[in-house]
Amino acid sequence: MQLSRDELLRAYRQMKIIREFEERLHIEIGRGEIPGFTHLYSGQEACAVGVCENLEIDDKMVSTHRGHGHCIAKGCDVKGMMKEIYGKDGGLCNGKGGSMHIADLDQGMLGANGIVGGGPPLAVGAAIAERNRGTGRVAVSFGGDGSINQGTVFEAMNLAVVLKAPVIFVIENNHYSEHTHYSYAVGSGDIVGRTKAFGMPVFEADGSDFFAVYDAMKEAVDRGRAGEGPSALYLPIVRFYGHVEGDPQNYRGPDETKKNRETMDCLPKFRQRVTEAALLTNEDLDKIDEEVLALIDEAVAEASAAPLPPMEMLYTDVYNEY
Amino acid sequence: MPEKSMRDAINECLHQEMERDENVIVLGEDVAGGMGSPGGPEAIGGVFSLTAGLFTKYGEQRVIDTPISESAIVGAAAGAALAGLRPVAEIMFTDFMGLCLDPVYNQGAKFKYMFGGKAKTPMVIRTTMGAGMSAAAQHSQTNYAWLTSIPGVKCAVPSNAYDAKGLLTSAIRGEDPVMYFEHKMLYMAACEVPDESYTVPFGKGNLTREGSDVTIVAFARMVHLANEAADELVAEGISCEVIDPRTTSPLDEELILESVQQTGRLVVVDESNPRCSMASDIAGIVASQAFDYLDAPIKLVTPPHTPIPFAPNLEYAYLPSKDRIKQEVQQVMEAL
Repeated sequence: MQLSRDELLRAYRQMKIIREFEERLHIEIGRGEIPGFTHLYSGQEACAVGVCENLEIDDKMVSTHRGHGHCIAKGCDVKGMMKEIYGKDGGLCNGKGGSMHIADLDQGMLGANGIVGGGPPLAVGAAIAERNRGTGRVAVSFGGDGSINQGTVFEAMNLAVVLKAPVIFVIENNHYSEHTHYSYAVGSGDIVGRTKAFGMPVFEADGSDFFAVYDAMKEAVDRGRAGEGPSALYLPIVRFYGHVEGDPQNYRGPDETKKNRETMDCLPKFRQRVTEAALLTNEDLDKIDEEVLALIDEAVAEASAAPLPPMEMLYTDVYNEY
Repeated sequence: MPEKSMRDAINECLHQEMERDENVIVLGEDVAGGMGSPGGPEAIGGVFSLTAGLFTKYGEQRVIDTPISESAIVGAAAGAALAGLRPVAEIMFTDFMGLCLDPVYNQGAKFKYMFGGKAKTPMVIRTTMGAGMSAAAQHSQTNYAWLTSIPGVKCAVPSNAYDAKGLLTSAIRGEDPVMYFEHKMLYMAACEVPDESYTVPFGKGNLTREGSDVTIVAFARMVHLANEAADELVAEGISCEVIDPRTTSPLDEELILESVQQTGRLVVVDESNPRCSMASDIAGIVASQAFDYLDAPIKLVTPPHTPIPFAPNLEYAYLPSKDRIKQEVQQVMEAL
């Protein structure tokens, strides 16, 4: 794999945007500025970006309740997302979806999803649409160690294999399905074996290593575009926050998150790799850091100042015709 | 005009819409049948032959035989619709909707609203409903009321072959998710059906019989029983108006309210269990919006609050009958 300078800069920027977006949300939620349930993606950025840097705008993607990172990586507007999460007019979904239901069909982003296991069957359908049109596009379904125990996921995997649909099932094992460790909830503990048993290859990568994720995803995407059928990606990773904001995280071991932040943080890993290889300089990356912080500041300021959705929005967009 | 059964009318509609628009696909269990078998593909064309001939004509990319995976079928339909196709999914029996409610009520129904109006989900879910052939508690239900309660979903409950073809055509060409219920006891019922395509609009009820004394609202197979009861009540000097709403969502409330305002009496005939049913829904609408016009209590003719029994005598007793409709009409006439 040889990424250009611009591609490397872009990948770092995307991961950094996701990180700062989430870190800032954590602060603003603590201030009581944001309504509803919010599930932060901090720590998993290399998964979303490593996957999505292999995709074109017209490739399709479905996400999860922990979807901010997937949305940003797929190209959703950061300021529109922030307004949406604030429940404000001008949000990406006019404030009617919120954190768990961000979508931007123009970017091929078919929606975050509040139902664990809700997304994979949708991805199979989107893949059928692309297959039938002969576009060579793929549909990506994000999920985790929680969704890997849902029947909908098994049905979707089997159907994708039966139909040779160009789906890529990305499984981010962040170790906790809500507050329960996967070693308890996944019967065999063997997510890869379970997925392979459906009859598709599973490409594995360290979820905190952008380059490993990128390479694994490339193999899966190439298969999909060539009409060779579905694949899966297995990405062990950690999340830096709880299941949902407000989660006391008393299920974790002592210093677990501290250790995770020290050893599993994709951003310093990326920085070390590209600077040691002299692909980018620390100055390049510092500049991005500054720009991203400014972007997030602006996004929060604009979202905070934006008006609430007008009352008539309650009634609109239920049907196209009724 | 040629007479066609409801089964043939629906099959004809599917052929015509697949011919008209290459984005229309059909998916479901055994919609071709025989895949991977010596006698396949297209061994049966659907368990009730509703999709016969489609596979041979349109091929496996557009006529997709699926594993027995209801959640994946409806979920894939919703995803395909989001991505620009017009999927017509078949759920073999509506009783199986319990296995695939999420992709209808949390996914397809809500995309447009949750995504701020930017998504369209033009999917149709065709499914078979109804008791009367001893198919027992898990293959006989009429659960359109709980699907009607979902904002974002439309529901059709055709009572005859003409409406079946026209409503399905509207459903496939429309932009919203539709639950389309086919009563299995009506598949062979025939009436005049044009060969060419036509649409029957959603939300427009059909006044199948004009009358002055009692309004009877009935759905699907119950429309036929209501009309038979009304025929016999003529001899008793009772004039019934019979309304077939044709769709439960949207519901032609105006037609029902106008009729009750003229007759002053209402009997609702519904094949579903009585609680939270279309019968109770319509009773609520009329009681809250036309109470002053009522000359008698509203009567509901429904099955009891039980599962559907297997034994033919018990199933017969479970179902609303012509005689029970007549009795309820006679009672509201005596209430004066």
